[in-house]
Amino acid sequence: MSVTSVDKDFDNLTVTLVAEFDAPIERVWQLWADPRQLERWWGPSSHPATVEKHDLTTGGEVLYFMTGPDGERSRAWWRITSVTPPTSLEFTDGFADQDGTPIAGTTTTVQVRLAHHDDRTRMEVRSIFDSREHMEQLDRMGAIEVFQQTVGQMDALLAD
Amino acid sequence: MVVGELRDEAVDHLFHALADATRRDILRRCAGDEPSVSRLAAAYPMSFAAVQKHVAVLEHAGLVTKQRRGREQLVRTDPGAVRWARQALDQLEMAWRGRVDRMSEVLAPPVTQREHNPTRGRDR
Repeated sequence: MSVTSVDKDFDNLTVTLVAEFDAPIERVWQLWADPRQLERWWGPSSHPATVEKHDLTTGGEVLYFMTGPDGERSRAWWRITSVTPPTSLEFTDGFADQDGTPIAGTTTTVQVRLAHHDDRTRMEVRSIFDSREHMEQLDRMGAIEVFQQTVGQMDALLAD
Repeated sequence: MVVGELRDEAVDHLFHALADATRRDILRRCAGDEPSVSRLAAAYPMSFAAVQKHVAVLEHAGLVTKQRRGREQLVRTDPGAVRWARQALDQLEMAWRGRVDRMSEVLAPPVTQREHNPTRGRDR
């Protein structure tokens, strides 16, 4: 399995995921830095992403939209707050209306760290979200059905 | 849709309610049991009013219900609401797990089994 750990922090509404890839760090960095590669993994297969602008520099932005099963498009954006190839990337991710104007209160902060790990690459992604954004995202990804099918274990929350 | 009912403000209330260790502890206590507010208050090094306020936040978020019995107010965790919040966090986890899976596929297209590289590791 690529994912080696997941930590969910209720106090800070943060999910931290660590994954390992059997590839050099420069190769993993390209998944983020090359818009054509980014398109292949950012959105789920039901809502693939199309990247229209990709400026991975501090203060730069990435503009993309996700296309749903009925052809509906959800516009979204990243605002890059920090970037150090090939080890670190931080950005805010949010949705926009059809004119491309950011929708207030829909942002997530994403912090990505890449590190050599023998001949592999360790990736840590910290995703800090507000609840409303999360619901918007759920909606747009059409994930609500999956979400409703998930059998939640109350004990898991209560044991935190 | 069930989730639709929980949009916007309700969701904010829910996460605000959960983002506090005391309130999560109250949820824990009121899941297996149905203590009164005064019994709960005795369990924490804080005033009755402070505990009552925590319970009110939880109630507002739909995580607990209060029921009057005689002179007491019994507090009970609503398993559905807790489960919902749990699932919301799980959903973010699932989104990222999906991304990591797809990243792996981009790195090594599943034409051949990428875990079975015949040039190494066979005779260990």
